[in-house]
Amino acid sequence: MIGLEHYLTVAATLFVIGIFGLFLNRKNVIILLMSIELMLLAVNINLVAFSSFLGDLVGQVFTLFVLTVAAAEAAIGLAILVCFFRNRGTIDVEDVNMMKG
Amino acid sequence: MSVSVFAFYLFSAGAIAGGLFTVLSRQPVHSVLWLILAFISSAGLFVLLGAEFVAMLLVIVYVGAVMVLFLFVVMMLDVDFAELKAEMARYMPLALLIGLVILMQFVMAYGAWDANAAAEGLRAQVISADRHNTEALGVILYDQYFLLFQLAGLILLVAMIGAIVLTLRHRTNIKRQDILAQMYRDPAKAMELRDVKPGQGL
Repeated sequence: MIGLEHYLTVAATLFVIGIFGLFLNRKNVIILLMSIELMLLAVNINLVAFSSFLGDLVGQVFTLFVLTVAAAEAAIGLAILVCFFRNRGTIDVEDVNMMKG
Repeated sequence: MSVSVFAFYLFSAGAIAGGLFTVLSRQPVHSVLWLILAFISSAGLFVLLGAEFVAMLLVIVYVGAVMVLFLFVVMMLDVDFAELKAEMARYMPLALLIGLVILMQFVMAYGAWDANAAAEGLRAQVISADRHNTEALGVILYDQYFLLFQLAGLILLVAMIGAIVLTLRHRTNIKRQDILAQMYRDPAKAMELRDVKPGQGL
């Protein structure tokens, strides 16, 4: 029988893969954004799993809001990426130094 | 092994393989396609959990819109991805170390985790069997969480306006329609009728 722990394990694995991707693809902003999407997906799996096994619907409502924010974040992130690529001709993170920060 | 157990292992293997190859693949287009696999597999997991609405939302909004947006951007930008991938091996030990540390933390957290005995009584919206998932979600979303729902819409509106403002640009070296100049143009001055005699020209 599949229990809550199985789903939590899948979600934890996806989250760790997302963090792994963040550190592995330090240069490519597109893959960085995709890694963040993976981490948010893992969070959503956690929320829905707890919602289902506890019998509380609010977890799924919260998942909706996480999805909304993630979609907005992806759109803004890609817009910034396109803008940056137009100005600099590269998407390397290490070239993001125009503000000398 | 029953069908639901088999489906769970199939979908979770799909999700984890999709996530892993998203991170590891050399071509960003392949990364996007693997990420689509991860999202569709997770939608399958959500269906197994009884959250059909969120599952369909994941397929329609994520695979249908956000991933297509990613695919557009990957294909539109002319980036030398081989150069970006060249240093991947250099970061591998650090990435593996940090991944392992966080995995250990998860193992420790899940090993010591225990549900509160009063958790059953603290539920805000108990899932009832006589109402299916989409209907129940709609009832509480438009009733109790209406303000948050509107705010979510506002976030999407702001994101849409922000993305348009960020990517809109006015190029100076192209011809473009000047509507005011068209409207204020005087037909009497713009056109002249001349009576051209045959064989003479102007």
